[in-house]
Amino acid sequence: MMRRALASPRTRRLLVVALCGAPVALLAFAPGALADALTPESGGGSENAEAIDTLYKVALYIAIVIFLMVEGTLLWSLVRFRFRRRGPDAAQIRGNTPLELGWTIGAGLILLVLTAVTFIYLARIENPPASDPGGLQSQRGQLAALGQPAPPGGRSLDIHVNGQQYIWRFDYPGKPQLFSYHELVVPTGTTVTLKITASDVDHSWWIPKLGGKADAVPGHVNETWFKVERGEEGVYGGQCAELCGSGHADMRALVHAVTPAEFQAWSQRQRDDIKAAQEGLARQREQREKANEVD
Amino acid sequence: MEAAGTTTAATAARPEIVMHGLKERPRGWLEWLTTTDHKQIGILYLFTTFLFFIIGGVEALLMRLQLAAPNNTLVQPETYNGLVTMHGTTMIFLFIVPVLAGFANYMVPLMIGARDMAFPRLNALSFWLLLFGGIAFYAAVFFEPPQTGWTFYAPLSDDAYSPSGGVDAWIFLIHLTGISSLLGAINFVATIHNMRARGMSWGRMPLFIWSILVYSYLLILALPAIAAAVTMLLTDRHFGTDFFDATGGGDPMLWQHLFWFFGHPEVYIMILPAFGMISEILPVFARKPIFGYKAIAASTVAIAFLGMLVWAHHMFTTPTATVVLAFFMLSSFAIAVPTGIKIFNWIATLWRGQIVFRTALMFAAALPALFVIGGISGVLLAIFPVDWQLHDTYFVVAHLHYVLFGGSVFGIFAGLYYWFPKMSGRLLSEALGKTSFWTMFVGFNMTFLVQHSMGLSGMPRRIYDYSSTLHVSGYNLVSTIGSFILGIGVLITVVNVIASLKSGRRAGNDPWRANTLEWFTQSPPPPNNFDVVPRVRSVEPMKDIRREVEEVGRPAGSVAQPVASGT
Repeated sequence: MMRRALASPRTRRLLVVALCGAPVALLAFAPGALADALTPESGGGSENAEAIDTLYKVALYIAIVIFLMVEGTLLWSLVRFRFRRRGPDAAQIRGNTPLELGWTIGAGLILLVLTAVTFIYLARIENPPASDPGGLQSQRGQLAALGQPAPPGGRSLDIHVNGQQYIWRFDYPGKPQLFSYHELVVPTGTTVTLKITASDVDHSWWIPKLGGKADAVPGHVNETWFKVERGEEGVYGGQCAELCGSGHADMRALVHAVTPAEFQAWSQRQRDDIKAAQEGLARQREQREKANEVD
Repeated sequence: MEAAGTTTAATAARPEIVMHGLKERPRGWLEWLTTTDHKQIGILYLFTTFLFFIIGGVEALLMRLQLAAPNNTLVQPETYNGLVTMHGTTMIFLFIVPVLAGFANYMVPLMIGARDMAFPRLNALSFWLLLFGGIAFYAAVFFEPPQTGWTFYAPLSDDAYSPSGGVDAWIFLIHLTGISSLLGAINFVATIHNMRARGMSWGRMPLFIWSILVYSYLLILALPAIAAAVTMLLTDRHFGTDFFDATGGGDPMLWQHLFWFFGHPEVYIMILPAFGMISEILPVFARKPIFGYKAIAASTVAIAFLGMLVWAHHMFTTPTATVVLAFFMLSSFAIAVPTGIKIFNWIATLWRGQIVFRTALMFAAALPALFVIGGISGVLLAIFPVDWQLHDTYFVVAHLHYVLFGGSVFGIFAGLYYWFPKMSGRLLSEALGKTSFWTMFVGFNMTFLVQHSMGLSGMPRRIYDYSSTLHVSGYNLVSTIGSFILGIGVLITVVNVIASLKSGRRAGNDPWRANTLEWFTQSPPPPNNFDVVPRVRSVEPMKDIRREVEEVGRPAGSVAQPVASGT
């Protein structure tokens, strides 16, 4: 039956090539550049995202070599040693100790290389660098988050992030009070350290172009950082990456990177707005209380 | 098949066992309800779990339909989250783990030359607990299914955020199927340790039996953690405790640790028996002995041991110290070595063979081909800084489906095509089988290969909707089309099974010229399995028997069918 279905060895070989080629071709012609389809997001000039991207690529290249070797040998065995009427008898081999030891040690060595590469890049991914000289100047010396070394020079903008069903709240240090929802405005050239928590269920903070995720867990403070380079001003999108309820898919987050001068102007405006709103609320409360007294 | 007693009575020369005062076994559907025969229980397991596989598959197709286009409004977000949860729970707790128990139930006593499992009634209890666990869970469809994902992370699964009874239905499912699996595991351990045929030392045990033994020990070690966790969740939800509530002094991280302490061994519980199956199937169709028997058996044990030490690689993005993350990265790396050994051994088994391309072989050979992809993406995910980007995205969805569908399910289908003749006495159609294989193979890769790219482009998992600005619409459409091709492939096998049960070609005792003892008895085997159990002299007892028969010069059938030649 099968012999008729896949008529000749040549047809079968063609079929094998087509089947292997199709997914590769699919990837190549799918929307977006090939590089983008095979690597994580980066490009905000934030060193952590760039380093993750490089580390991933190193691992991917090793992986592609292993993948081709394993799949190649497997396919070759299947095609070359398929049943043939006048073919040689199957070799009755039960094992080969040097060969088996060889591939065990080989696999171990590859993993040792991966471990070494990971630890080489880890510092660049985990430790926040110093803000640029042109970065936000007025910021008083803030220690970076607990467990992370302080950025050299001790300057960073430390923002508290709070995940709530289904919105992000950002609290900036200093007085009068400054906070925002949904959109995190940050100055470029400045290291931004984030202290992340949640006030209801688990959420996960993630702006793909600005580095990895950090889960927001009630009762815990998680830490991450990013630094958008000067000249990379713009809006960076992301969304909550931990299922947090029915509105999870709509729990988006934006990082709006602006120049330090624009940031100063924005924070002044926002502080004034918050103050005005709070004063307005207080006035309303007073009026209501007065009205109640009259009643 | 007639009962063994009457058959032996007919051939006068044999010693006769006369039994008195035994009740007649009931017939018809009552027979199935009251059976303690491991083969009938095995069939019940296989039938029930394949039913759940179809249900879980339909849930997956609904999700793929919703994601076919951006901003789609086919299902509500609540429904979608319900589908996510039901699909994951069904496939893991009601399909892969118990379907393996089903194959093991049928095959373990036959492969080790035993009359039945060690505790036949306990065995029946295992099955009925599983069925009622499934029913208790699916009852939630009639009020409100849980919407938390199969991981049920607290506090989302706590009463404050999931007040509906769906979460409680899941807790019942975990307890019922958990007890079912525990009892089953104890039964397998007792059976494999005590009831092997004469001469079947540890070094001559079939590799599938090795994998079921390790599967059972892993279940015994891992299940108590989830049983404790869901009990704590139950008291949190209804009796005012605060185990997982940060405002009451509890800790949501505790849930994650307890869940994954079970959840990661569970992954190996789901894959090791599939590895065991293809370790039986590949040598039979390559006409070669398995390459590196000891290495494969030892790597099964090594994977299980290391599998208990990697759970926090599911928690790389949580607030956890770097040194802990580094430990779990290294332990996860370490697992790649024994897994790699298995894959190299399978390829070496095919090397210089005379490979007969039957459907069982094709599914079995697809397992290493696909599992390699899942294994490699697994190593990428184990690098914890890289995981910070990939965690909880479609990259992980692709990875876990390459491991669980490309690995376990392709292995399970190989097992189905390999053992169906033994269970039913009839062969499955090879034409339908091969059509099913290629349809599934193409559909599977089309569905899940592009999901790597979705994740790399920033699409998180478990979202009912995505924006077209994410540039993943094309991938999603390809994936949806692929999932329906995959569904058709599965359906062809369902048709094949139903058709072949009635009109498949008669299989005979040993249609594949296989190596292990289950092929020594009739197809389907009689209630007592064996009238004579041969002494086992190697890891391939059937090969020894065939060789002996050739030396004596009698036709193979006369020894392979020691008793029932008259029927």
